Parts: sequence; structure tokens; C-alpha cells
Amino acid sequence: MILNEILIAGFGGQGIMLMGKLLAYGAIYKGLEVTFYPSYGPEMRGGTANCTVVISDQRIGSPVRNEFAYLMAMNQASVDKFSERIKPGGVIVCNATLVESPPERRDVKIVKIPANQIAMEMENPQVANMVAMGGLIHELKIISYESLTKGLVRVLPQYRHNLIPLNEQAIQKGFEALEKKLNLEGYDEQSKGTNCDQPGTV
Amino acid sequence: MKRVYGKPDAMTDVPFPYCPGCSHGTIHRLIAEVIDELEIADRAIGITSAGCSVRNWRQFDCDMVMALHGRGPAVATGLKRAQPETVIFTYQGDGDMAAIGTGEIVHAASRCERITVIYVNNGVFGATGGQQAPTTLIGQFSTSYPTGRDPRTSGYPLKMAEMLARVSPESYIARVSIHNVKNIIKAKKAIRQAFLVQIEDRGFGLAEVLAACPTNWRLEPVRCMQKIKSDVIPYYPLGEFSSQSLKAQ
Amino acid sequence: MVVEQSTYLAVSEKNLMSGNEAIGEGAIRAGCQFFFGYPITPQNELFEFMAQMLPQTGGTFLQSESELSGINMVYGAAAGGGRCMTSSSGPGFTLMGEGLTTLATAQMPAVVVCVTRAGPGLGRIASAQSDYRLATRGGGHGDYQCLVLGPASAQELYDLTYEAFELADRYRNPVIILSDAILGQMMEPVVTDHLPRMKTPPKEWAVRGKGTNPRKVIKVAPHTDEELIDWNRQLKKKYQLMQDNEQRYEALLTRDAELIVVAFGSTARIVLDSVLRARNEGMAVGMFRPISLFPYPQKALEEIVRQGTRKLLVVEANNGQMVQDVRLAVCGAAEIAHYGFGGGHIFSPYEIYREIRRLGKS
Repeated sequence: MILNEILIAGFGGQGIMLMGKLLAYGAIYKGLEVTFYPSYGPEMRGGTANCTVVISDQRIGSPVRNEFAYLMAMNQASVDKFSERIKPGGVIVCNATLVESPPERRDVKIVKIPANQIAMEMENPQVANMVAMGGLIHELKIISYESLTKGLVRVLPQYRHNLIPLNEQAIQKGFEALEKKLNLEGYDEQSKGTNCDQPGTV
Repeated sequence: MKRVYGKPDAMTDVPFPYCPGCSHGTIHRLIAEVIDELEIADRAIGITSAGCSVRNWRQFDCDMVMALHGRGPAVATGLKRAQPETVIFTYQGDGDMAAIGTGEIVHAASRCERITVIYVNNGVFGATGGQQAPTTLIGQFSTSYPTGRDPRTSGYPLKMAEMLARVSPESYIARVSIHNVKNIIKAKKAIRQAFLVQIEDRGFGLAEVLAACPTNWRLEPVRCMQKIKSDVIPYYPLGEFSSQSLKAQ
Repeated sequence: MVVEQSTYLAVSEKNLMSGNEAIGEGAIRAGCQFFFGYPITPQNELFEFMAQMLPQTGGTFLQSESELSGINMVYGAAAGGGRCMTSSSGPGFTLMGEGLTTLATAQMPAVVVCVTRAGPGLGRIASAQSDYRLATRGGGHGDYQCLVLGPASAQELYDLTYEAFELADRYRNPVIILSDAILGQMMEPVVTDHLPRMKTPPKEWAVRGKGTNPRKVIKVAPHTDEELIDWNRQLKKKYQLMQDNEQRYEALLTRDAELIVVAFGSTARIVLDSVLRARNEGMAVGMFRPISLFPYPQKALEEIVRQGTRKLLVVEANNGQMVQDVRLAVCGAAEIAHYGFGGGHIFSPYEIYREIRRLGKS
């Protein structure tokens, strides 16, 4: 049985909700069940933004979760606020450009991806979220690059469809960065693959 | 033989249930005559309100919808949107329109809703037994304020026609009276105009009709008419308050 | 004249939709042409969806000056024969009480959505289920009943909203969709094409000007005392018909269950996780999810309990408003416990699981 709870967090303007919706479409195109739950309420007007995506091959119960298998942390505040909510054996993907002190947990896998830096190298700082998505699906494994990018046409407004190739490229870059372990200075081999269960299996 | 006088076609045969000297009968008849003259009985829909006129769906020979207290203009709005070819009129008293239904009427007027409102101002809650209305005159007796209306405890009488004209740029809004024949003729003209602006899609139509309630005023009908002239009109001046272009010809 | 819808075409794939949008999509699909409403969180996405979609489909959207006015506009449009809808949340839904009794009395079909937030009073915009009683027991005066449906997923919000328009027309009665803030905000894949696009059916009782026919009157008050008694008898008969024909529910793992958790709406989603966890640990636990909240699925619950269930755990994000319905359904045949409270607390599956275990042992 597949069951993945993913929390994507950052600050407003980083495209957090877009990331969540894109991931949800990625799941739809994989033929999986999915729910997306946005941060809601007064938080919407504050600095932080987060959303929960639950992906499963079975009917999904609660769309709201307290514990997660994955955290995609787009800034330091997200790491500080949510690291403790990741289940042992889970994965925290940090946007290394904006996360100076990664979480100190030993029972989760910590992955760093310099999303903003890679986006800057692409001369398109606004696609940092898509670079991060590439990194996230690299870790998630159940969502392929193909199914994820298929969703771009669904989540981007019509007038942004000309940017789909750029977004695809950014996702690709993010994926490759982790695949080749490029730019991953400080990557902690020890924190990888502890004795905990693999995330995504229940 | 030529018929010189009779019941308007837009009126049913049901006798009026009103007290002797009540103004509702006169106003009902004026509406029915206007419906006949404009030949709109086939597409007119009346909206009744709470109060003595709650059962006036029995009087008009056209489609009728009953609304709850004060909500006539909202019901009329929904109905007009669903059936734009119809001619819709609400019949509302001063408790209905100027008290509980102020929200509905102000916003219907501000939207310049293509409806016609016949607003009957007799300065009293008739059906419930003569309590003070928003329109009760200063010093006037009512069962809720037996010593007379005191503005320090219950405010000043509301001048709805003037008030609504300020918020309704596309409208025909007039205040008329029925205390004598001359004014009854003028009242009919205003009611006709209030229907015409709707029919011609030019705006919102409202005729405020100053009326009497002999039972709750505790006066004989004739003295009621005198009182309208001597006491009511000085506070509620007659005339047209709407934009110039929509005034009656 | 009622304008026919024309240009709107939905994407023929699974769409990711929020619960609020799913309601809007279902309504448009069902041929809803009129929406009157007033902004209130957490239903604003639905309100804005209708604002955007209705003009494109030849319909009418109007932002009313209050919920009171909005529901009365719905009454007017319903009297004119249109398929119409309004939506709100707790504080605004309260104001609609007057309009609901009007609609029910005049036997006017309409769909009213309540995306529940935490009360009482102004409360806050967090999710709760504290409008259960308001929806199922009226809220307005007099003896009247609305059909109340309590969906639990975006797909179900879409499907049941669509069906609500059919039910409203069939029974000539207002139908309430009781959603909540969680369901409204969350997004899920929704299939839309399995339901045919509907148009407003002809309604011979609607007022549109008498033309050359006898006049029609839509009434909310009788002329005589006898008429009102007869009127109430007819309504009673109709409500009985609804009770007989419209009970909907979902029963999961109940056959051998000694303990059944009863929950509706978003809480049922959380309960599902808790029940499955308890099952995995060998406990004989099941779930009963009422989908129609009026009529309450009494017959099914009664039968299920008769098969040997000893205990029922009612879980709701309120202080126990549904317990009464459960008690009436089982008539003392099982022990009933309640867990939950309103105010915006979101249950965790573990929290309910813990409660299941505690009850299972006692």
C-alpha cells in the first residue's frame, strides 16, 4: 500500500500552493488518489504558507495531517516549525539556498537542494519552486517527471502557458541535481537510510 | 348601454376585507385601473407583504406571490431576474418597507431594480393593532407609545421617498395622497408612471401613497382625510423626488 | 423567460477541485442559473466561482445586501421557475432561517449550501460541524423540513449538489448541502462527465404572468384555519415520503463490528483512518457514515446494530448534535457514546483511535 503525506512549506510568494497542486496533478496522472489541503485561515495573510498533499493507492481518509513522511522546506522558518512533525524514517528536503541550519534529526533523511541558486543559474529566480519540485519527486519516487510536468498545463493560468518549457526545465534541473548529487556540499551520508521503515510504505 | 363605471378587469370579485374608510381599497383600485390601462394583467406579478394587505393576493386578477414581512423587494428582485419579461409590483406598508424591510428596499432602489413599489404610508402598524410605525408623526398617539411619539425615545419619522430618491439615480419616485378626488387622480398618475419606468426599462418605480387608518387613528373616515391634509402632508410633502428625466409627463 | 445555459464546457478529465468549487461545478452542471448570496468565509470560493461562471452560462449572479435578502431573492427566482442556489456559513445561515421556512412553506425548490465554520456566535473561520442541528432541525419557525445532504469528499460534493437540484424539484422543497471548512478548502480529483448537463425542467406551477390562463398564486399563508391544517398535513405527508425514500448512508466493515463509529462529513474522513488502524490491530470496529442527514438513515443503522453491535461511538466536531438522531435510530439497542467538540479543533486519526480503543476495552 502506498501512503505518502507530504508537507510543502515556505513563505508567501514562493509558489507553495502551486507546488502542492502540481504534485496533486502528478498523482492524478499516475492514477493515484490524492488530496490537497492548503494552509487556511489567518495564516494565509501572514508570512508563512504551507499545504498538505496526501497520495495513496487507496481511498484517502483525513486530508488534514499532523505527521508527515515528507517535508519540502522552502525556507528556514519551515524547517524550524515543521521538522519535528516528520515521522521517523521520513525525508526532509531543504531548499539549501535559504535554509542555513538544517534540522538536526538523525532519524530522518535530510536532503539539500539549492533551489534558488539553481534557478538563479537559469537566470529565472521565480522557478526556484519548480527546481525544488524536481528534488522532491526525486525523493518521493512514486511521481515521475512525466506525470508531474503533465500537470503544468492544468495548474498554470492560460497566459503563463508559454512558460511551461521553462518550468519543465527547472523541474529537470532539480531532479538531476539530486540524481548527480551536484551542489550538495554538506550532504550528510549518515543521516541516509537509518534503520527506520522506508517512507511511503505502511 | 355604454359602461361608464365599473370594477376594473384586473380586480377579482372578492370583496375587500378592510375596515370602513380604509385607504387600501382606493389604492388597490388605482393599481388595478393602471394594470388595465397599460394592458399588463397577463404579465403582471404582484408581491404581497405582511400587514392588513397580507391577503391582497385575493384582490388582483394576476399572478401573485406572497413575501414575508419586509422582503418584497428581494423576492421581486429574484423573480424579475428569473422572469425579465414580467411586470412586477410589490405592495408594502410603512412597517413592512420602512421598518423591517429597509435593507431590502434601499438596495433594490440603489440597484435601480426594474420593479414597481407601491408604498402605503398611513403612519401606523394597522394589522397588529396600532403600534408606532417609523412614519408615525411627532406627538401622534400609538398603542406602543400612548403618550405620543417623542423623538428623544423613538426617533423622527422616516421620509422614505426623499431618502430612496437620493440613492436611486434611475428611478421614478413620487409621494402622493388620496385625501380628495384631485389627489386621487394625481396618485393614479404617479402609480402609472411607477409602472411605466419599469415597463420601459428606464428605472426603479416607487409611489408613496399617504393613506389613512381610521381604526387605529381613532377618527371617522372624513376627519382622517382632513387630518392627512392638515397634519400629514406638512411633514411629508407631496411631489416627485426622482431624476428629472423620469418624471411624469 | 428563463435563460438557457450555453457556452460553458468543462474539461473532460479528472479536475483537481476544492470542495467549494466542486459544489459550484455540480450546480452549473445541474442547470443552476441563479445565485444570490453574501460573502462569508469559508464559502467565498463557491460564491466567487458562481460569480465567474454564471454570466458565462447565461445565468445570473447577484451579491445581495444580506443573507436574509439573498435567500428571499432565491425564493423569488424559484417562484419564477429558475434553478437557484445560495450559500453561506453559520452566522449567515442563521439569517436564512426565515427564508428556508418561506421556501418550504411555499414548496419552492432551491439548493442552500452551508459551509460550516466554528460557532457559536461569530465564532471563527476554522472548521466545525456545529450547524448540524440548525440544518436538520430547521432554524426557521413552524413545522418544516429541508432535505439535508452531508457529503464527505470533493467528488461527493459535486455529485450530491447536482442531485440536490433534482431532489429539490422532485419534492418541491429546499435542499441543504451541509459542508464544512475542511471540505470546502481541500482539493481532490473530481470527475464531472458522468453526469449529463441538465436544463431547468418545465414547472407548471411557476409564476410568469398568467397570460391567457387562470392566475397562479404562490402562498406562504393560508386564507382559512382549515387551509393551514390541510397544508400542514400535506407537508407531513411529503416529509414522510422523504423519510421513506431518501435515506442514504455508507457502512464500512460493520458486518461483524462490535463497535461502530458514526460520523459524517469531514470527520468521517478522519474516522476512516482511525477505524482502519483499529481493524489492523484486530478490533471488531466499523464505520457508519450518514450521507443524508435529513432524513437520517435510521433504517440502515437500526438493522446494522441489530446484527450484534454493542456500542456506537458518535464522533462529531460539535458537542453531540447528531447523538439524538443515532439514539432515535437504535432505540436503546446499543450503548451510545459521543466524542467531540466544536470550536475549530481538528481531530487527529490517533485521537479517535485512542477513543475507539478505550471504548472497546470498557
